[in-house]
Formats: sequence, C-alpha cells, structure tokens
Amino acid sequence: MHDTGKILAGLAVFLALATSPLWYASLARSSAAAPRLDLPAAERRCVLPREVIRASHMQLLDEWRTQVVRDGQRDYVTPDGRRFDKSLTRTCLKCHSNEKNFCSRCHDYAGAKPVCWNCHVKPEDIK
Amino acid sequence: MINRKEFLKAAGCAALAAVTGRWAAAAETASKAGRPQSAEEAARPRHERRPRASRQWGMAVDLRKCWKDEGCRDCIAACHQEHNVPDLGNPKEEVKWIWKEPFEHAFHGEGHDFEKAGLGDLPTPLLCNHCEKPACAKVCPTKATWRREEDGIVMMDWHRCIGCRYCIVACPYGSRSFNWRDPRPFIKKVRAEFPTRTRGVVEKCTFCEERLAQGKPPACVEACKAKALVFGDLSDEGSEVRKLLKSNFSLVRKPGLGTRPKVYYLAP
Ligand code: HEC
Ligand code: HEC
Ligand code: HEC
Repeated sequence: MHDTGKILAGLAVFLALATSPLWYASLARSSAAAPRLDLPAAERRCVLPREVIRASHMQLLDEWRTQVVRDGQRDYVTPDGRRFDKSLTRTCLKCHSNEKNFCSRCHDYAGAKPVCWNCHVKPEDIK
Repeated sequence: MINRKEFLKAAGCAALAAVTGRWAAAAETASKAGRPQSAEEAARPRHERRPRASRQWGMAVDLRKCWKDEGCRDCIAACHQEHNVPDLGNPKEEVKWIWKEPFEHAFHGEGHDFEKAGLGDLPTPLLCNHCEKPACAKVCPTKATWRREEDGIVMMDWHRCIGCRYCIVACPYGSRSFNWRDPRPFIKKVRAEFPTRTRGVVEKCTFCEERLAQGKPPACVEACKAKALVFGDLSDEGSEVRKLLKSNFSLVRKPGLGTRPKVYYLAP
C-alpha cells in the first residue's frame, strides 16, 4: 500500500475529465446570453402564439411542406381565423424579412442547421 | 406428436392458403387499378373515352401556329424564369423544363420516305408529357415523383428526391434533368417566389402546378403570343383542348410505349 496517493490523484484526474462535459456546459450556459432576435416591426402576432411557434415551428413547416407539395393544400387558417399561404418564403419571411438576424441567429445559438435555404430563397439572397 | 404425414399435410394446406390469399389480393388490386368504366363509357369510340381521373390536365401544341415564328423562345424563357431554371451553357449539364428539338428528333421513327418536305428541321416544343402511366414514377424509390390522381399531374417533391436518377433513365422523352452542380450561380435573376433546386436533385415541368392552384394557366401557355399552346381539362368534353383534339389530326410522342402522354401535337 505505497501508492494510495498516486491512485487517489489519478482517480481525481479521471473524474474531472469524465465529468468535463457537464462542467463545460454549465460554465458555457452561464456565459452565452440568449440571442437577440429582430422581430417584425409592423406585425404583432405570429401565425401561432409565441411559445407555440418557438417550440414547434419545425413541425408546422414540415406539415406545410407535405400538404402543399403532396396534397395540393395551400391555405392555412390560424387558430384565431387569419389566413396565410403555406409558404416558407412568401409567408414566414414576409414578416421575418431578415433571416440572418432572426432564424439564423437562434439556429446558430441552438445548433440547428436547416438546409431549406439551399433551395428556398431568402430576401437577402436576391438583394 | 404429429407424424411426418400430418406435418406434410399441414404444411401443404398452409402453403395453399398463402398462395390463394396472394392471388385474391392481386386480383383485387388489379381490378382497382383498371379504369372503372361504365357501360356507356365502354361503348364510346376509344378516342372519346374519358381518362380515369376526376380531372386530367393536358396540353395541345398547335404546330402550325408555333412554326409561324421558328425562332420564338417565349414559352421557354417564361417557364425558365418562373421556375428559376439555370442556364449552364453546356449541353451536357443542361437543365430544362420546356425546350425545342427538330421535329425529326421529337417524332423519331414516325416519318417515312415521302413525307411532306421540310418538316424534319422545324423546332418542336417539348416538355414533360404528364403520362397517364409514367415510367419515371414507377421506378422512383422514394415516391419523390408520382402521378397525382386528382388532376393527372406527374408531380415532383424536391424534398424527397435523393438524386438516384432512375427516373431519368426510365423517362422515354428526355424530360428530366439532373443538377450536376449548384444551380444558383447560373440563374440570371433569382425569383424569390419559387425555390431553386440544389446539386444532386432531378427536376422537370410540373404543368405549373403552383400557378394552377391560383387559377392561372401555365407560364408557357400565357407567354405564347401565337396561342399555339392550349391547356385544359381532358376529362371535360367541352374544354378547348378536347375540341381541338376532336377536330384535328394529332400525334403523341412514342405512343407504342403505352405511357399515354397528355401532351398532344396537332399535326402540321
Ligand atoms: C404576420 C407576420 C408573421 C408571420 C407570417 C410569421 N411570423 Fe413568426 N412572429 C411574428 C411576430 C410579430 C413574432 C413575435 C410574437 C410575439 O412577440 O408574441 C413572431 C415570433 C416568431 C417566433 C418566436 C420568436 C421568439 O422570440 O421565440 C418564431 C420561431 C417564429 N415567429 C417563426 C415563424 C415561422 C417559422 C413562420 C412561418 C411558418 C412565421 N414565424 C410566420 C410575425 C410573423
Ligand atoms: C427562438 C429560436 C428559433 C427561431 C427564432 C427560429 N428557430 Fe427554427 N429551430 C429552432 C430550434 C431550437 C430548432 C431545432 C429543433 C430540433 O433540432 O429538434 C429549429 C429547427 C428548425 C427547422 C428544422 C430543422 C431541420 O433540420 O429539419 C426548421 C425548418 C426551422 N427551424 C425553420 C425556421 C425558420 C424558417 C425560422 C425563421 C422564420 C426559424 N426557424 C426561427 C429554433 C428557432
Ligand atoms: C432541393 C430543394 C429544396 C430544399 C432543400 C427544400 N425545399 Fe421546400 N420546396 C422546394 C421546391 C422546388 C418547392 C416548390 C414546390 C411547388 O410549389 O410545386 C418547395 C416547396 C416548399 C413548401 C411549400 C411552398 C413554399 O413556397 O414554401 C414548403 C412549406 C417547404 N418547401 C418547406 C421546406 C422546408 C421547411 C425545408 C427545409 C427543412 C425545405 N422546404 C427544403 C425545394 C426545396
């Protein structure tokens, strides 16, 4: 039993390394401020309530895509009765006209990488 | 314990049941796939029978009108601008939804030694035939292309296309193009209203499905000053296309293949 010190030191190093993602994440979270989003100036309501659209816009867009392309249904009626064209560029980006300071800013923060813009056109692409 | 004889009997019965089950299922799908025809419908002359769908979009190309100006490319320009179709300037990588080819190529093998002189070189507009039995849709492994039952359009779902290009091989009309490279830099003026495509997907004409949804005619039809392109519902006997087809001799490309094209050429 000559190596107790070495073993304990080794264990300590191992534990620190093994738990490093947790440390790192908690430190990083406290430092990275939530992104500041450019909200539409002229509009006050999204197609869905803020909490709902924030949490589930991906599902909504996925449904729109399928309904438009595969079922030919292009009209969207919001729960409070407003009508919209089910379109990424012509609807979402009509209000959220600065993709970079809205969608992208949040996606960069969240680590989401939608490929939609490879095909769908952002207003800033054609300026 | 069952003995060998009993085992064989049971196995035989099971196999028989499985086979008849499949036959029954196959017979059922076959009868569903067949054109539901009323007696009245079956009694009509073959060329007057209505297509199966509730609506069937189709186009008649009046070649006499089209050839009044052989150099005209209005339909092509309008379509390609509308849909952000790139111009790569290289025939090997060409992307096209509507294009022109000499009559002789378009109707290859249909001619004969003594046909009307000078037809061969005339530029004939070609596009997706929106076949009733589309070979492309049959081979697509992801259902990214399929024939829409409601209106007969052979649709494209660019979100599903994996770029395998089976459809390009299957299509007997050369109506499909592959994006060998990112098309964006080759689009003169990107139109925001219609998405572009990316490298690695196939594309083709959709009869302007997105314009039809707004009650507008296809872009090529609207652009044609000579009114040589006539678009309409083939299942409606009163439609202009049906009337034209009834009163003129017309051709479809490669009728022998059984694809039943829905783009008709009024004979010159
Ligand atoms: C009529 C204009 C309009 C349209 C169309 C619109 N939005 Fe919004 N959107 C807004 C407004 C205004 C807000 C801020 C809502 C609030 O403060 O309650 C918002 C909020 C959001 C949020 C939440 C932002 C946050 O702070 O968390 C997301 C995500 C979003 N929109 C995505 C979309 C998507 C995706 C579409 C297309 C399906 C879309 N929006 C269509 C106006 C619009
Ligand atoms: C408040 C933050 C936020 C805003 C603003 C936001 N998104 Fe998102 N979005 C997310 C998050 C988080 C995800 C990833 C969800 C996941 O991976 O489960 C996501 C995912 C998506 C996806 C699915 C990604 C994929 O790979 O399939 C699409 C599409 C999308 N967003 C579109 C938009 C559009 C368009 C806008 C702007 C109009 C927008 N988002 C604005 C947070 C946001
Ligand atoms: C390979 C190119 C491509 C990609 C990538 C792509 N789309 Fe599309 N998308 C299209 C095309 C082309 C249409 C137009 C189909 C039509 O109108 O007939 C379309 C139509 C749509 C529509 C309905 C009409 C419209 O104008 O928006 C929605 C919604 C949609 N896509 C959502 C998405 C979302 C969300 C993503 C990313 C997760 C995405 N798409 C990625 C090519 C693409």
